[in-house]
Amino acid sequence: MAVCIAVIAKENYPLYIRNVPTQNELKFHYTVHTSLDVVEEKISAVGKSLADQRELYLGLLYPTEDYKVYGYVTNSKVKFVIVVDSSNTSLRDNEIRSMFRKLHNSFTDVMCNPFHNPGDQIQSKAFDGIVSGMMMQTG
Amino acid sequence: THMESQEEKPIIYTMENKPIVTCAGDQSLFTSLYTSLAQQLPREPMEWRRTYGRAPKMIHLEANFVQYKEELLPKEGNKALLTFPFLHIYWTDCCDTEAYKTTVKEDMMRWQNSLRAHSSADWVIIVVETTDTKKKNKTNILPRSSIVDKIRSDFCNKQNDRCVVLSEPLKDSSRSQESWNSLLLKLRTLLLMSFTKNLGRFEDDMRTLREKRTQPGWSFCEYFMVQEELAFVFEMLQQFEDALVQYDELDALFTQYVLNFGAGDTANWLGSFCAPVRSWSGLLLRRPIDMEKRDGIQRGEASLLDLRSYLFSRQCTLLIFLQRPWEVTQRALELLHNCVQELRLLEVPVLEGALDCWVFLSCLEVLHRIEGCCDQAQLASNCSHTVGLWAYATDKLKSLGELCGLVSKQGPTSEDLNRTVDLLAGLGDEKPETVHSLQSPYKKLKEALSSVEAFERHYLELSHAAMEMYRAIGRLRSARLVGKSLAEFYMRKGDPERAETLLQEALKSYVSEGWSLPVTHTRKQIAECQKLLGRTEDYLQTSALLAGDSNLTTEERKHFCQEILTFAAKSGGKLTLSMGVFAQLTRLQFHPATASVHSGAILKVELTLRCFMPVSVRMQQVAASIHFDVDHGGTHGRSKANQRQKNPATVEFNQVDSAGPPSSSSSAGPLLELDEIHDRSPTDNSLNSTGVVCKNTHLLLRRHNSNSPPNTPNCVSPPTVAMKEGTQMLKVQDVTLEPGNNSVTFTAPSGQPGTYTLRQLCATVGQVQFVLPHIYPSVQYEVYSQEPQLTVEPLSEPLLAGLPQMVKFTLLTGHYTVKKGDALQLSNTDTMPILPSTSCALVGESVLSIQSSEKVTSISLPATPPYHTLEFQLEVLCIIPSGSERPTNERLTNGEVRHRPRSYSHPDTPMAAIDQRMSIDCPWSIYSTLLALTFYIPFKTKHSLLSAGNRKYIQVCVHNVSDVNFTLADMKLTEKQHVSLELQSLNTKTQQLLSSKHIVFCLWEVRWKDDLPSCLQCVFSANFSPLNQDVSSYKPFHYHFQLERVTTLYSVKAEILPPAGEQHCRSGLLCGLEVCITRLTEPAEGELAEESKTDTDGPKTTKLMYEVADSSSNWAVCGKSSGMVLMPMTANATHKVQIEVMPLFAGHLPFPKIKVLKYLPHNAFTYFCVENDSLSLLDKPLDDQADTASIRSRGSIHSVGSVDQQQKGVAMPRLEPFSPGQVFNHTHARQVLVLPSTDDHIMEVNAT
Repeated sequence: MAVCIAVIAKENYPLYIRNVPTQNELKFHYTVHTSLDVVEEKISAVGKSLADQRELYLGLLYPTEDYKVYGYVTNSKVKFVIVVDSSNTSLRDNEIRSMFRKLHNSFTDVMCNPFHNPGDQIQSKAFDGIVSGMMMQTG
Repeated sequence: THMESQEEKPIIYTMENKPIVTCAGDQSLFTSLYTSLAQQLPREPMEWRRTYGRAPKMIHLEANFVQYKEELLPKEGNKALLTFPFLHIYWTDCCDTEAYKTTVKEDMMRWQNSLRAHSSADWVIIVVETTDTKKKNKTNILPRSSIVDKIRSDFCNKQNDRCVVLSEPLKDSSRSQESWNSLLLKLRTLLLMSFTKNLGRFEDDMRTLREKRTQPGWSFCEYFMVQEELAFVFEMLQQFEDALVQYDELDALFTQYVLNFGAGDTANWLGSFCAPVRSWSGLLLRRPIDMEKRDGIQRGEASLLDLRSYLFSRQCTLLIFLQRPWEVTQRALELLHNCVQELRLLEVPVLEGALDCWVFLSCLEVLHRIEGCCDQAQLASNCSHTVGLWAYATDKLKSLGELCGLVSKQGPTSEDLNRTVDLLAGLGDEKPETVHSLQSPYKKLKEALSSVEAFERHYLELSHAAMEMYRAIGRLRSARLVGKSLAEFYMRKGDPERAETLLQEALKSYVSEGWSLPVTHTRKQIAECQKLLGRTEDYLQTSALLAGDSNLTTEERKHFCQEILTFAAKSGGKLTLSMGVFAQLTRLQFHPATASVHSGAILKVELTLRCFMPVSVRMQQVAASIHFDVDHGGTHGRSKANQRQKNPATVEFNQVDSAGPPSSSSSAGPLLELDEIHDRSPTDNSLNSTGVVCKNTHLLLRRHNSNSPPNTPNCVSPPTVAMKEGTQMLKVQDVTLEPGNNSVTFTAPSGQPGTYTLRQLCATVGQVQFVLPHIYPSVQYEVYSQEPQLTVEPLSEPLLAGLPQMVKFTLLTGHYTVKKGDALQLSNTDTMPILPSTSCALVGESVLSIQSSEKVTSISLPATPPYHTLEFQLEVLCIIPSGSERPTNERLTNGEVRHRPRSYSHPDTPMAAIDQRMSIDCPWSIYSTLLALTFYIPFKTKHSLLSAGNRKYIQVCVHNVSDVNFTLADMKLTEKQHVSLELQSLNTKTQQLLSSKHIVFCLWEVRWKDDLPSCLQCVFSANFSPLNQDVSSYKPFHYHFQLERVTTLYSVKAEILPPAGEQHCRSGLLCGLEVCITRLTEPAEGELAEESKTDTDGPKTTKLMYEVADSSSNWAVCGKSSGMVLMPMTANATHKVQIEVMPLFAGHLPFPKIKVLKYLPHNAFTYFCVENDSLSLLDKPLDDQADTASIRSRGSIHSVGSVDQQQKGVAMPRLEPFSPGQVFNHTHARQVLVLPSTDDHIMEVNAT
């Protein structure tokens, strides 16, 4: 499924980023960071039309030769980015959406934890588990 | 520009082609009408109703009218649609029945038969009617309708609409026009019907074919040709949308096959697509139809890239027809990514770099194609659609350059050259379309791969174009990523300077947004550049950052740390780096915690430094510079020093992870400073509101720019810092800083009193200094100087006067060093002698030597260093002042006036207090130190004179107001002046317990022999000690008092006489009050002297005033209640007064009060002393308040008016009371029985 899942704060610093396989970490960091360009573009475009404001899913941000990068933004402007391997063509848009929804729910749980300081890195095991479930099981 | 390939074998017409309509019959007739027909047919649109629920469309119909030939009719199995004749027309202008029967009908029959043989039902017969034709053959002229009827009956079996008449087609008449219109409408209708029918049939066949795709032997390429045929027809009909749908369906179908193949499902026909890629010439979008590739597909020889290229070229053409160029770019990018993926999935062998060539060429081809159909403004505003292709091309060219050895400093090797040749071979020859174009993708790639210089030129051109476009559309991160890629290129080219600029820009963005991994990676690259550039300072600064970067492996970190240490070990110029990258000051602690010491004392400052280095680093020195402020106010005394405890003992510095992302925004901001507020009403001070206010809102509510988190400790290039020299320093030599937290302890200088502020911190290792330019929040400590202080306090509260009490002396030496032989000189006083008891000792130490002389007690002190405390105790006794003694002024040894302590009442205690001052000469000062102790007198003593006729008694009452229980013993009363006087004690006990808050009364009877002196000087004395103490501890207590006018001068007797004839008084009836005043003694000397002023001659008399008053309203005084009596001043002189009184109640009523007062006539001489006495009279408590009320009022009136009278010289007569004991009232407290009046019918009961 996903090869990289990232949660990015409103201020654009990473709150959580994980990828498989782990050796390509740097590349994913660059990819996710660059994708913020498109996220910002889409958010500002959404802002213009009121009707779209409730749609949190930003769709495909941009494809690369190897990956497809999808985006999602919460109402508090926290961004979720899911990177999927391009060769993985079985994933439908709806599945990506549901992955984001799951991620959002779990993220909300993390935020509800009174011991979690919003703005800190996410270290929740439950969240980690959800993310692991969405990642490819290759390792 | 299209259709250049006329020479291609099967000519496929698309735009230029039109649906074929065959024309049979009279060719010359058709030729004469062709122009009008071809022009008018597309003029009106027709609604085309579609099958399968597709939306109806308005369509302009055109047709290609060709002469009918039987060969044009499709043979069985021929599915070609482009060459399919959709309508067959038979033209005739025959109006001659004979001619019709002999030739035309036969011809028509043949035509019809051949159509029927090919099962073509789309035909129409047009009969043209002209006036000329009618005139020609007059004999056989039949009505036109008859020919038409004949044709209809012969051919149009119930399909009368298949025969149309065109009247006067070449005339300009309304009839002609009408006829044309109906013909055109007919033709359009028939054409559409044919389309619907034939295309429908085709689609059905096509679908059937598609359904067979799972069967063996099915070929995608064959199917491709079939569906493309449909696409062609739609395109021919200018239904580009429909045409595009056909290609998209083919695209999707193929994609699905590839995916299925990837999933293990193989199809035979896919074999050709899995063949190794031999050509990578890129997309070709300049032809509407690339016949070359189409042939390949048709022959089943096309490679995957060929098929994809061909498909995309067709989609591209249609999209451009549809004026959707930006979809082309988007689809192109998807296509290129997809192809790369598909080849990977199908495991097609590809020469390394071949795909890069293909992608590169394709990107440029798409961009060229788009540029060809858009103007510059359109292109500029749609950068976002094209920039992806630019970036992709840049990327691919870069990897090609790297592959072909064009990026290295040395240039390509022979191996690289061979690879280049192989790659170029796969491009084939340039396509004829671009042969003459100088900027064709083909030429660009060939050139770029030809030399290092050309490559660089092309690569830079592309990179900059991509970066500029990204910037233009605000995708700064993407631009920086391209920039980073460019930087890597520069680095490989050996141009670190340009590389660094680009890297720094990228780093700034990563740092500001807190992406630690990219930060580390980019910083490593920067370090490499800086090293190459020989920028040692920057390099070491970056190295320090990297050495502390937890994203790196320990090995890498050690390497960077070693770089610094290696430089540090070299001799050469010194280098200053920012401390923040090396270690962080996390905590600062003072010992002692107050951060305030006296000068010369030891103050330790403990720093906690968190070292980021991966190994322990030995520092030659860690130093902190200090700013010193002389504090003039701080040199006096201790109180100031105490105020300064605001300095916190421990300062925590903001914990900022140097390499990590900015943690939460809350930790970055300043701390909240809150204050309580109370708003009170100004009138009654009641609370209106209360709350909490934030004092530093201006700092907290600042707008934070979300793009730049406030804390960026890992700034791109830390500002150069300088250590300010010349100030005082805290220094520690040879400190080894371990990774993590280290504690460094300094001894702070504390010589001069003042405020010391820690400003900078500097750690030195060899030639390298790490400097923290500002210690924030600022840290201060205080050094103060203190004067010696001597204080005295009671060992136990309260100090009681009259008893030996211990007091504690505390000497704080301050800055003074007590030398051997220094002594404190206490001036002795009588009121508080210092008892030479043995208990005068230093607390916990040896006994002090005390030497007492007459005036001075000297206490020698032991040698003591500064800022030490000496404590010792002394026992003192405060003498209780005995009463009325007048203080005498004395001078102390030092010349000061001795103040006799006087007791005063203290608000906190019922005991009277005495402030006892001590004057002490200290060795450190020329001035005496004055200390005060407050003692409390445990007793309150009162005396009173009691009389019984002529007999006199003295009562002393001692009230213990302290909290201590005492034993009172040996109470004595003595009179000092009159020896003959005897005071006989009526007290039974010699020892008396006097508990706390209790009172003891003592009584003595005064006995005298000759005369009672009018004034007595008495001393009450007793011994007292706290309860249960030894006899020796009894201390004396004296109480002096004086009694004046002791002798009884007058006795007053009164009688109440019932009314005449009555045994008893009755209420409501007048009765008589007889007052008898008797002089008891001869006038004494003092009295005579006082009175003689009034009457100098004659018998001595005095004036008395009597007054009957009843305060309890028992009596009504009728008539005169007061009067004056002239009293001879001889013994036994008596005066009687009769007064009428009426009892108001029945019962035993007390006698009305009878008051006797001295009457002083007006006399200028006595005026002033009387005046004074009068005032004192008013102040004195009188036994009977009610009786004196009138006097008081008179007196007060008098005194108020006194100033005026004094000025006028007129004195008023006035009254003066006798002293207690001078008048003895026999009837005091006597009662008389009053009976109720006989006719009382109202009984009043008064219950109180």
